Amino acid sequence: MPRWSALLGAGLLAACAGQPAPSQPGPKDAAPATSADRVQYASTYARRPFRPVLIRNATILTAAGPELRNASLLLEDGKVTAIGTALAAPEGAMVVDGSGKFVTPGIIDTHSHLGVYAAPGTFAEGDGNEATNPVTAEVWAEHSIWPQDPQIPLAIAGGVTVIQVLPGSANLIGGRSAVIRLVPARTVQEMKYPGARYGLKMACGENPKRVYRSRGPSTRMGNMAGYRDAFIDAEEYRAKWDKWRAERKGDPPERNLRLESLAGVLRGEILVQNHCYRADEMAQMLDLAREFGFTIRSFHHAVEAYKIADLLAQAGTAASVWADWWGFKMESYDGVPQNAALLQQAGARAIIHSDDEGGIQRLNQEAAKALHAGRQAGLPVTREDAIRWITANPAWALGLEAETGTLEAGKKADVVVWSADPFSVYARAELVFNEGWLVFDRTDPARQLRTDFNLGQAAPGVGR
Amino acid sequence: MNRIRRISALAAAAALAALPAGAQTIAITGGTVHPVSGGPLENATVLIRDGRIVAVGREVAIPADARRVDARGKVVTPGLIHPASNLGLLEVSSIEATDETDVAGDVTPSFDVSAGINPDNVRIPVARLEGVTSTVVLPGGGFVAGQAAWIGLLGDRREDVIRRAGVALLANLGAAAKGAGGGARARGLARLERLLDDAAEYDRRRADFRRNAIQPLSAPAEELEALLPVLRGERPLYVVANSERDIRNALHLAAERRLRLVLLGAAEGWKVAGELARAGVPVVVNPFQNVPGFDNLGARWDNPALLAEAGVTVVLTESESGGPRNLRWGAGHAVRNGLPWARALEAVTLAPARAFGAGHEAGSLEPGKLADVVVWSGDPFEYATRAELVLIGGREVPAMSRQTELLERYRRLPPQ
Repeated sequence: MPRWSALLGAGLLAACAGQPAPSQPGPKDAAPATSADRVQYASTYARRPFRPVLIRNATILTAAGPELRNASLLLEDGKVTAIGTALAAPEGAMVVDGSGKFVTPGIIDTHSHLGVYAAPGTFAEGDGNEATNPVTAEVWAEHSIWPQDPQIPLAIAGGVTVIQVLPGSANLIGGRSAVIRLVPARTVQEMKYPGARYGLKMACGENPKRVYRSRGPSTRMGNMAGYRDAFIDAEEYRAKWDKWRAERKGDPPERNLRLESLAGVLRGEILVQNHCYRADEMAQMLDLAREFGFTIRSFHHAVEAYKIADLLAQAGTAASVWADWWGFKMESYDGVPQNAALLQQAGARAIIHSDDEGGIQRLNQEAAKALHAGRQAGLPVTREDAIRWITANPAWALGLEAETGTLEAGKKADVVVWSADPFSVYARAELVFNEGWLVFDRTDPARQLRTDFNLGQAAPGVGR
Repeated sequence: MNRIRRISALAAAAALAALPAGAQTIAITGGTVHPVSGGPLENATVLIRDGRIVAVGREVAIPADARRVDARGKVVTPGLIHPASNLGLLEVSSIEATDETDVAGDVTPSFDVSAGINPDNVRIPVARLEGVTSTVVLPGGGFVAGQAAWIGLLGDRREDVIRRAGVALLANLGAAAKGAGGGARARGLARLERLLDDAAEYDRRRADFRRNAIQPLSAPAEELEALLPVLRGERPLYVVANSERDIRNALHLAAERRLRLVLLGAAEGWKVAGELARAGVPVVVNPFQNVPGFDNLGARWDNPALLAEAGVTVVLTESESGGPRNLRWGAGHAVRNGLPWARALEAVTLAPARAFGAGHEAGSLEPGKLADVVVWSGDPFEYATRAELVLIGGREVPAMSRQTELLERYRRLPPQ
């Protein structure tokens, strides 16, 4: 089963969206003509077996509909198999008394730098920004991730099951993201979410123009020209490769990793994840996407998203925002804590993300802050909406909405049992299941990951 | 320099004495009142006149001319005191033109932040709308960075907001001490010891100093002068120390010279909790801190709880990117991780007031104190709770900030 899921993952990855993909194998009888035809850095993640789990009598926020009171949830073989009121425990099942407790999908963070900006915060392990060129679409975050980052167990203890690790925002185009499951691992391949599409990190505004001030771009118009130049090159590259793949005549075109990533965006296989604060700049980026025929899956930070929530709803672009970060630079000066609620009101897809090793541990609290800021301002937002901000909507932003992010029969058993309403400041994640496997148990030190870095250190570990 | 500092301190003291009179008498009635100086009172009244609290209790006579605030079903607490912010000193951290926290040099004890305070700073209304009514504002970076001020968060002029300048002298025994020591914190610590010794020498031998009949001292006179209140125990030395090692160094330094010490950070304070309790040192901790760095490998979320359990005076702070508005949720987070609720409330009210010598002026609901009062819709630490009425020095905080104006402009799209 585990092997099978890993193989399936590689297959899915290759066959995204039914388009010719760089990693799609060639004709069965032919040896790969180019390295591009071989499997690229496949996931070796394997679901860990666990006995069936029945959680009884809990309040369940499914993120797919109204909340359920006194309800039960059954997990088997890594999946949600039933949700209802009178479920029987299969033989050998772990039965959890959910009285007074809340159950939610595992939290998904669209914007993390765990592993690429690892604790203890040294330059030696600061591998998040390849700030050597404004366009580095060729770098992949997974090649920087350190699986022993001691921040990983802390995030798990906060109920987080899946994250997107992004390169930093120094560059116009910073590279590919990695979507990983938060499980103990020796290699990043063991964490890679099988079949997840890559994201492409792009960044607007102050960061790139500050970092490249002396060589350019040094202005926002320079930023725009930089993206356009890159995608013009990518169009040509894509056409060359598509032609060659269709005909298989002559030598394959020369591989260019930078353009391969950008061509992936043009083919719709790679999802654009765009750091962008200001409303007017987001509107420019939507136009850029129109020019080259792709869509931006999610803006990130999007401190001014509320000003153009209608445009985002129209474009079908999500906004991954903080609850209340603001004012630390000019492009964040107009932040309001009702950002998520205003997006929700306008019918746009709101997401609460962390971009922070502290915030990732309490995304439920950040969502609570955003929810109540909205309610107190008279905006029509509910707990059912807010749970989607940290589960179903981020799953969509990563292209995983068919697999995870909600509690429905057939979905992955990514589940958190909370001591109380997760939107209470006092709530603690008590049990965390990652694809059905109990990755965290607040009462059992054996179920509290300590990374190699934690060993022999004064750090007390998680659960505290 | 020194003279200017004294004048500004005097001005601040005068401002404190003549705090803006609340134009009216206010009676907050029927609420669950947490005076902090004592246990909670159900269905009690807080009576305020001329900017001060005049009575708290269940049997308070309400003057006929009083504005009545019905707080039935609500919670009434002292205003929260943020012990370590830069409100009023810094507007946009990436924009140097808006930053008055930092000066060049690593030993600048004479640097008094108070003249840099801007009462119109747009971050102030955002913080006070969540119940933060006053704050200790800190100088930035250096090794011996300068003097903190205590400010109220409502007022048109600087004199209206500065409650007291020079409430603490900030020093840093962590990474900054390492830098100041030329690479090793032991040398940084020795440098601080020498500074304090030189200040004492300067004070003893002022005449020799003027005649140049004294060995060279390690800092100019104005800097040594600024250390004297610390040496006399009049002004706390507010020391950034996170590792057990740095905390012990600070404790030792303060004990030897009988200094008043307040610690800031103390991520590994839980390891030294017994000693901190015995020394009676208030400890300002960030309840959100648990990510290990080499200066704080033992950081943990239950640090405030463990410190309190050992009898340490805990003060809570935060350094969230959403700003000081997060203080009350930090307190809630500390409760989530084991700090008793009443201790958490004390840790954001009376404990910081006392730590910075303002225990007689603020931090609790007691007759005679400044009327910094918040009426909450429920538990002040909960996200679902709203600060419904915030009084600072008896004046009502307007329900407005730059953020509320942006919200109203964009509530409906496109904006009108």
